[in-house]
Amino acid sequence: MSKYTEDDLREELKTKEYEYGFYTDIESDTFPNGLNEDIVRAISKKKEEPDWMTEWRLEAFRVWKEMAEPEWANVHYEKPDFQAISYYSAPNSKPKYDSLDEVDPELLATFEKLGISLDEQKKLAGVAMDVVVDSVSVATTFKKTLGEKGIIFMSISEAIKEHPELVKKYIGTVVPQKDNFYAALNSAVFSDGSFCYIPKGVRCPMELSTYFRINQAGTGQFERTLVIADEGSYVSYLEGCTAPSRDENQLHAAVVELIALDDAEIKYSTVQNWYPGNAEGKGGVYNFVTKRGLCEKNAKISWTQVETGSAVTWKYPSCVLKGDNSVGEFYSIAVTNNYQQADTGTKMIHLGKNTKSTIISKGISAGKSQNSYRGLVQISSRADNARNFSQCDSLLMGNECGAHTFPYIEAKNKSAQIEHEATTSKIGEDQIFYCNQRGIDTEKAIALIVNGFSKEVLNKLPMEFAVEAQKLLEISLEGSVG
Amino acid sequence: MDLKDKLVSSFMAFENSVDLDAPVHDVRSEAIKSFEDKGFPTKRNEAWKYTSLNTVLKHDYSVFPKQENALEYSEIKKYFIHDIDSYKIVFVNGKYSSHLSQTTHDGIDVCLMSAALTKPKYRLIIENYFNKAATKDSLSSLNTAFSQEGAYIHIPKNKVVEKPIQILHFSTGNESALMLQPRNLIVVDENSHVQIIERHQSLTENPVLTNSVTEIFTNKRAIVDYYKIQNDNHKASLIDNTFIKQKRESHASVHTFSFGGQLTRNNLNFYQEGERIDSTLKGVTIIGDKQHVDHNTLVHHIEPNCESHQDYKGIFSDKSTGVFNGKVVVDKIAQKTNAFQANNNILLSDKASINTKPQLEIFADDVKCSHGCTIGQLDESAMFYMRSRGIPEKEAKALLMFAFSNNVLDSVKIPEIKQRITKIIANKLGVNIGFDL
Repeated sequence: MSKYTEDDLREELKTKEYEYGFYTDIESDTFPNGLNEDIVRAISKKKEEPDWMTEWRLEAFRVWKEMAEPEWANVHYEKPDFQAISYYSAPNSKPKYDSLDEVDPELLATFEKLGISLDEQKKLAGVAMDVVVDSVSVATTFKKTLGEKGIIFMSISEAIKEHPELVKKYIGTVVPQKDNFYAALNSAVFSDGSFCYIPKGVRCPMELSTYFRINQAGTGQFERTLVIADEGSYVSYLEGCTAPSRDENQLHAAVVELIALDDAEIKYSTVQNWYPGNAEGKGGVYNFVTKRGLCEKNAKISWTQVETGSAVTWKYPSCVLKGDNSVGEFYSIAVTNNYQQADTGTKMIHLGKNTKSTIISKGISAGKSQNSYRGLVQISSRADNARNFSQCDSLLMGNECGAHTFPYIEAKNKSAQIEHEATTSKIGEDQIFYCNQRGIDTEKAIALIVNGFSKEVLNKLPMEFAVEAQKLLEISLEGSVG
Repeated sequence: MDLKDKLVSSFMAFENSVDLDAPVHDVRSEAIKSFEDKGFPTKRNEAWKYTSLNTVLKHDYSVFPKQENALEYSEIKKYFIHDIDSYKIVFVNGKYSSHLSQTTHDGIDVCLMSAALTKPKYRLIIENYFNKAATKDSLSSLNTAFSQEGAYIHIPKNKVVEKPIQILHFSTGNESALMLQPRNLIVVDENSHVQIIERHQSLTENPVLTNSVTEIFTNKRAIVDYYKIQNDNHKASLIDNTFIKQKRESHASVHTFSFGGQLTRNNLNFYQEGERIDSTLKGVTIIGDKQHVDHNTLVHHIEPNCESHQDYKGIFSDKSTGVFNGKVVVDKIAQKTNAFQANNNILLSDKASINTKPQLEIFADDVKCSHGCTIGQLDESAMFYMRSRGIPEKEAKALLMFAFSNNVLDSVKIPEIKQRITKIIANKLGVNIGFDL
């Protein structure tokens, strides 16, 4: 066997094409390009929304018009032209099906390629899937089991119709319309997303999961997710995505709001694998996401994310620790390759007493990519005995990539205890040598080391997801990670 | 008229008062333009996010210092490290005070910026080094535009300067508010070694704003140890901009001791332009009342095989605020860099706050870079241990805080400075113990 050098790895990395790059041709019902109040109204009308929702969207749109795109992130890209995007697209076939047979066969084929055949999903994983193909939910399973427990798990457009009181009460409370440029845009034009409500004292018996996909040329996807865990309840929510390969840049601006009431716990896991662009850095998805959770007394929110895709990622899942004794956690692996750019991290806002937060962030950069961690830990003057631990580790592969750390730490309380540490290194030659010596080839050795490096985060993922996440890590770093 | 307009319109008068034909005339004119464009930094500027100059800038500063006020050495002796023999360059209200100073031209040049800028024998050095390290940001530009007086130190090859050099700036009470802009240039040639102590001291109850720029060049294998003692009164503010360019195998260290002043901003920048360079940045900050201290550091690793060490400790009580903004940049070719950065803070009051932002920007893969940052309190069990052995609370606290800042003091190479700092710390913590238990 010829010697496998790091140069070979790099070569392989460069030539590795996006495995899930395929495109399903489904007739879509698409709006003309551009955005104005009429389009916002039309989206709202199309979704058969009540007036308050239409007004809410319009309010967001008016704020958005006045706002400028954020410039502070450590990413460089061509600004999307917001008037050249179509803001609504839904698969043309009837929106709801009674059985899988009625679903567009092409769509089913897509799922099969992705390895998420609904049948299998139903039987195997015990995961309720709310599959979103381009903005409209086409299948919801396990609804019955959930219904018995009083758990509401449906698309947000259905929820607006069926549970307006809940949606009205909570939407925009954690991420207000005017929070930031992309959150405002999302509030104005969001097409669909998921809604989840866990009643008091209920422990959700299964992992809830949604698949998001961008499937129509030129349509940005604006998902809106709202998860409410009522007092003393528990839910684990999974979100994962792969997107077909496309040349023009696609915009994805989602908003996720989590509300954990007293003593509730929400675990939110994401595997993100949008199309990262080709080896020349052409194409790829722009991922500008606002994710935030609010913790009331004794509540806990835990974010876990595996970020492997997207040309540009701009994402800071945050926790507002409002109630006393609440806990926030953030576990992240961000992998960038080729020309990908990621600026990701978290914000932990400590408002209540005895609040705790943990941040574990692992960045792996290869190729010509730039990977930044940007985080904020803020201890307000009322937050007595707040505790934070942050750890940000970066792994560099090759000397054309960059790893950056921008932690902001603001403490206004003398009883706060904050620790932050960050390291940047490459895979040690001695580590590889050690493996080689024991008959493990270089490629496998690197895989082993990267897996070990990210283990702390991978361990936090639900079992079904951990497998997929590991697979994604492998694909993203194929060549260097066998 | 706000301060910016005042400064810009004073520039012509300033230029006329100094030598128009001086080679630095163009540099000054360019700098004032740059300042005029940028203005004073505001909180919108990322580097100034946590430090607002508004309260400092609102005074009506007189920008042209008047003639020197006679000061007697006995009055100000306590501000010197007086128990060691040293060269001294002393300025009163920005003007050189010859009777308080002790300069030299014997083998080394320890003299005045004003002389260096005008006399032909310094021309070559000025051309090669003046304003070559300072950045074009607004405050440095402002200083460059008004650069006229300060310390000029040139150590030629293979010289170990046998005694430290003290640079002291005093301001006295003649003006209602005074702005000073000292400019220092320090060039240390191959294999030479120098130790420098810098201090700014206001002797008046009126507001004083100092915007100082120091450029330091360490050539091959040179060693520079620089100590900044900042223990000014509560009406004095200091913006200190220090730029250090290092050539290969040189060692430079800067220790900053911030105990006083209304607002202190330290912009400390290291540029490593050669291999096997060592840079050390250390600081102790102990403040109270409404004081504000901001450490803004940059270490730019440009060449391979270099090291940098940063260690900043802060203790904040009352309504004081502290900022640490440390940045380490490692260029693509700077392989085998070893960069370490630590920032530890203790908050003693709920009204005090600390904002810290340790940044790493790394473009090379074979590097070891780490940073750590903590905010915490005094260890209760350690307190209990000491109190149960009869050490009063105040002294026990002081001992712990001294221990906390001790490893910064450990690397101070002049014992007299260490003693002085220890005394200031004891004073600051309100105890009368020597810490040499």
